[in-house]
Amino acid sequence: MIILTVEQTKQWMQEIQKRMEANKEQLTALDQAIGDGDHGINMARGFNEVVNKIDDTEYDSVADVLKSAAMTLTAKVGGASGPLYGTAFLKMSMALQDKEVNQQNFKEAIDAALAGIKMRGNAEFGEKTMYDVWYQVAEFLASENVEDWEEMIEACQATIEDTREMVATKGRASYLKERTLGHVDPGSMSSFYIFEALVAVIEVGN
Amino acid sequence: MMSDKVGLVIISHSPKIGDGVFELIKQVITGVPIAVAAGTDDNQIGTSMEKIIDAITQVDNGNGVLLMYDLGSAKMNAEMAIEFSESANVQLADHIPLVEGSYIAAVEANMGKSLQEIRNSLQKIELTEM
Ligand SMILES: Nc1ncnc2c1ncn2[C@@H]1O[C@H](COP(=O)(O)OP(=O)(O)OP(=O)(O)O)[C@@H](O)[C@H]1O
Ligand SMILES: [Mg+2]
Repeated sequence: MIILTVEQTKQWMQEIQKRMEANKEQLTALDQAIGDGDHGINMARGFNEVVNKIDDTEYDSVADVLKSAAMTLTAKVGGASGPLYGTAFLKMSMALQDKEVNQQNFKEAIDAALAGIKMRGNAEFGEKTMYDVWYQVAEFLASENVEDWEEMIEACQATIEDTREMVATKGRASYLKERTLGHVDPGSMSSFYIFEALVAVIEVGN
Repeated sequence: MMSDKVGLVIISHSPKIGDGVFELIKQVITGVPIAVAAGTDDNQIGTSMEKIIDAITQVDNGNGVLLMYDLGSAKMNAEMAIEFSESANVQLADHIPLVEGSYIAAVEANMGKSLQEIRNSLQKIELTEM
């Protein structure tokens, strides 16, 4: 069963954009605590550009929408999350090339995105980065035949809380070492919005 | 004219830092192709893959191009630029401090040293963390 069409993929990007815009201040505040305070601005700018781009373009496949988003994020975000999300969406696009999006293909695409973030950021699980949330999503998709996507959101939420107890060892936050304890990682939070937006548009079924 | 020398790209989050490093080098060296890729598309603090690709194209004379970078995303965008750029033989000066590294690289490029020779010299100032 197809769980994501071209139209739904476009809606996914729009839903992400809404969340980034609505939570710009929150993401910025999180990044002010342990980074350079630009994450909200970066994300809002990036996904505004993505939506502008895809609204004006006709797409034949989900892979093409994701590729367009990837290129725009890489070009427009400016911070680490640009190349990281750019790579994630590009790898998803490559994994879905010439394929319809059923649950199995989607799982493989998420695995590819996860490997992409790891390659680009050199991150491991538990380093207090967005990688942790993507890892959790990949785990979730590996373990069950999804009937309730809300459970994925809950898993992401738990991971975000986990980042609070971690010391950052990658990215800007790593310079602060133990001072990062007690703070949620901004990139994990923005990744949460990406998956929350996904669940708002994706179909249930196998 | 400067076709026998390795090209350099100075990548920084800050346009002022990029221009400053360029200025520092230009006082001493004028024969090396150097381009700055600093700040985002709209010159805010950050880095831009497109700016880096443009800079690579500008300084590529077929003798190799060395990318010098500062913090965080600069490295990731530099790696993406290498992947997407049409130029062959573009390398990253990994874990090399920007100011000192760029200066050393420019001096050595000006002597006609190869990309590999320059990278070997830079190893002496490699940082363990960056
Ligand atoms: N090496 C990395 N691997 C995985 N994720 C990373 C890495 N570095 C940063 N991140 C993620 O990116 C988020 C920060 O994104 P943001 O857009 O604020 O970039 P930045 O850190 O300001 O970039 P820059 O390095 O250009 O200053 C972090 O919260 C973290 O989740
Ligand atoms: Mg930041």
